[in-house]
Amino acid sequence: MTTQTLSARQSLHLYWLEARFELVKTWRMPAYVLPTLFFPSFFYLLFGVAFGGSAAVANTTIAGYLIATYGVFGVIGASMFAFGVGVAVERGQGWLRLKRAAPMPPTAYLLAKVFTSILFSTIVIGMLCLMGATLAGVRLQPTQWLIMAAIQIAGAVPFCAAGLAVGLWAGPNSAPGIVNLIYLPMAFASGLWIPFEMLPPVLRSVSPFLPPFHLAQLALAAIGSGAGGSPVVHVAVLVLTTAICLGLAVFAYRRDRGRTWG
Amino acid sequence: MARSNNHNPLAALVGVSKRYGDVLALDDVSLSIGAGEIVAVLGPNGAGKTTVVSLLLGLLTPQAGEVRLFGAPPGSRSLQQRTGVMLQISGVPQTLTVAEHIMLFSSYYQRPRPLTESIRAAGLQGLETRRYGNLSGGQQQRVLFALALCGDPELLFLDEPTAGLDVAAKRGLWAEISALARRGRGVLLSSHYLEEADALADRIVVLHRGRVVAEGTPAEIKARTLGRTVRCTTTLEDGELAEMDCVERLTRHGSSVELLTRDADLLVRSLLARDPSLRDLEVAGAALEDAFLALTGPEPEIDREVA
Repeated sequence: MTTQTLSARQSLHLYWLEARFELVKTWRMPAYVLPTLFFPSFFYLLFGVAFGGSAAVANTTIAGYLIATYGVFGVIGASMFAFGVGVAVERGQGWLRLKRAAPMPPTAYLLAKVFTSILFSTIVIGMLCLMGATLAGVRLQPTQWLIMAAIQIAGAVPFCAAGLAVGLWAGPNSAPGIVNLIYLPMAFASGLWIPFEMLPPVLRSVSPFLPPFHLAQLALAAIGSGAGGSPVVHVAVLVLTTAICLGLAVFAYRRDRGRTWG
Repeated sequence: MARSNNHNPLAALVGVSKRYGDVLALDDVSLSIGAGEIVAVLGPNGAGKTTVVSLLLGLLTPQAGEVRLFGAPPGSRSLQQRTGVMLQISGVPQTLTVAEHIMLFSSYYQRPRPLTESIRAAGLQGLETRRYGNLSGGQQQRVLFALALCGDPELLFLDEPTAGLDVAAKRGLWAEISALARRGRGVLLSSHYLEEADALADRIVVLHRGRVVAEGTPAEIKARTLGRTVRCTTTLEDGELAEMDCVERLTRHGSSVELLTRDADLLVRSLLARDPSLRDLEVAGAALEDAFLALTGPEPEIDREVA
């Protein structure tokens, strides 16, 4: 019996097609694309440009602060919905089962979704930076813009993992609700909509327990703002979040495998 | 007529039992599929057909017995390279086109069929750029069939491939499944239509409540399932009825009885001879489920239903 494995070129082609069609598939769903891409810019236009403007907060302006935090908000949304809802639906419909019965490497499936999340995140961040620099008059060094964007994009990883855990545990109908239930209150209590410094003290005492707070603090630090916590702690919390969520996801995946198949 | 190749089968279950909690889904089941052979696993819902497919795919492991795929335990990626699968699933990404879906699945295989050939083999010409969500039920089923064959696998698992299709779509798919076997591919087909198994299979394995109750060529299976149902209102006792040689199974609904038989003429003559007051006589072809029950054993069964 000959061993049946794909050549390196074939594997590359497979990973590329999986990523390309994941993106094409998502792009053709306007009900998903429009809110994911435009909600953060819309909020920024309202609260960053129209109202916030030049009022000072945490060593920057509201307009500056909100570029960093709405970017984080957009990245978390793109990641958690792509994975949380995407995986739950494809799993619930049996589509994932068919892909697993075919010789598809599971990593191709996961990386394709990471790719789409990161691409969507990049577009969201690009629009925010553009609006901040033009409409809101935010002035930053080119390296500051770039480092902030890189931190925000890299921040997709823990939230892709969190979405994956939700997608593998939740049913296809409950997944959107569960994602919103985690995502929206966490965003608020992490100071993504209203600067952390302006939150009521009760919420401020909760923020350090929430992963989005730590990602936002890293992005803010890149533009000389933030509450001044240790970057090591922020990174450690995000790494720990990733590890815990991936652990939950692996556990759910194995549990799924042993399930009855009808 | 069966091109069975039992010495070196592509896939086999040997004395396999599978239990889900208290439910024995498969009980000491053995079956095998050879190259160029279409084997139909036939049975009503819950008979264990999908469990057979899931075991051969390595999605489940049995509690007893052995599952072999190309002589090895199933589930590894290199064996998946040699199989194609059509499962009963409720949803496929709607926004990708027919060609995109097939291109992606083709890329999973080392030596896939060319895209145009897969499209032709599944009868999807002219629909390449149509999105999956805009296809009819029959066309969608053909896309799933294309995903199973696009890798040019040696063995195909088709779980109820024509479920929910109209007659024309069903016959079209049957022709394409037969064409695969003529290419030397093995096909394991699960179905609950005797008609489908009869039209396609070289061998039929009848499953009922997790047990193989009959196995043979379509002609052999049909000869054993040509049952009739006789209904009547009679004064005869259940015991008396069950003693008649030609009664396979007896079900009582209050004052009327339903008898399953392989010889309706003989049964009706004997009934009338013993009970001149017999009335409401009705003779009908047995449903496949009843025919399966007739295969479960030589002893007539008596089911009592609370009327």
